[in-house]
Amino acid sequence: MIWMTLLLVVLVLAALWASMTTALLRAALGLALTSALLAVVMFSMGATLAAVMELSVCAGLISVVLVSVTSLTQRRPLKEALANRRSRLRRYWPLPLVLIAVGVALSFVHAPVEIALRVPAGDGDVRTVLWSLRQLDLFGQILILLAGVFGVLVLFRKEAKHDD
Amino acid sequence: MTIEIPQSFWLYFTFFALLLVDGLWCMLATHNLVRILIGLEILMKSVTFFLIVAGYLSGRMALAQALVITVIVIEVVVVVVVAGVILGFFRKHDSLDVENTRSMKG
Repeated sequence: MIWMTLLLVVLVLAALWASMTTALLRAALGLALTSALLAVVMFSMGATLAAVMELSVCAGLISVVLVSVTSLTQRRPLKEALANRRSRLRRYWPLPLVLIAVGVALSFVHAPVEIALRVPAGDGDVRTVLWSLRQLDLFGQILILLAGVFGVLVLFRKEAKHDD
Repeated sequence: MTIEIPQSFWLYFTFFALLLVDGLWCMLATHNLVRILIGLEILMKSVTFFLIVAGYLSGRMALAQALVITVIVIEVVVVVVVAGVILGFFRKHDSLDVENTRSMKG
């Protein structure tokens, strides 16, 4: 439990670094670190398949997309960047204090939790749940992926027309 | 059916809340579109973490993993489409400031 708590503390610190750091590239790397640590947490809890997905897709693919967007949109002069850093510090300095306050406040809560709910059928192997019991979810995922692909295609096609 | 949740729930809930506040603050305190996307990602990490914790504590990890995989697929699509929108916005306005969206139609 101590190991898990330490892991979760590092996870929150990585997320804090991702949101507070001034350079967008470092923020993207902080997010990748957060995803990798979350994958370790998932693996520790026994969610191996979800951990692999998190590590490959979120820590890998999404980081590549964010780094690409950052590299394609960085054209700020040095003076403006320095002014922006000071402005950012003013907006973000209360965040660590707020996080500490939330953490301390919630550490005092130890109320017993009992949740009454109708548990949906299906447990055991994740592959059985995904491919046999939740086929509609899978169908929805495929539709969403196709929608994403078409969305990107439409965006770039409009851009090409605009360039002409 | 009633599920009794162990006391460790509050420890996990605390870290979920910290990630949630962090993501919300990241989204609200900035004018940069890429940073808003990063804040949204941190929010989705908190949701993913809480789904896994729910599966771990209730002993229904297979169901939780199926839901997390769905969330990850949607997350990727959202990030890729928003990244495309951000690039299009930057090419048009030469800026990532969200204040510039006020001049847009709609």
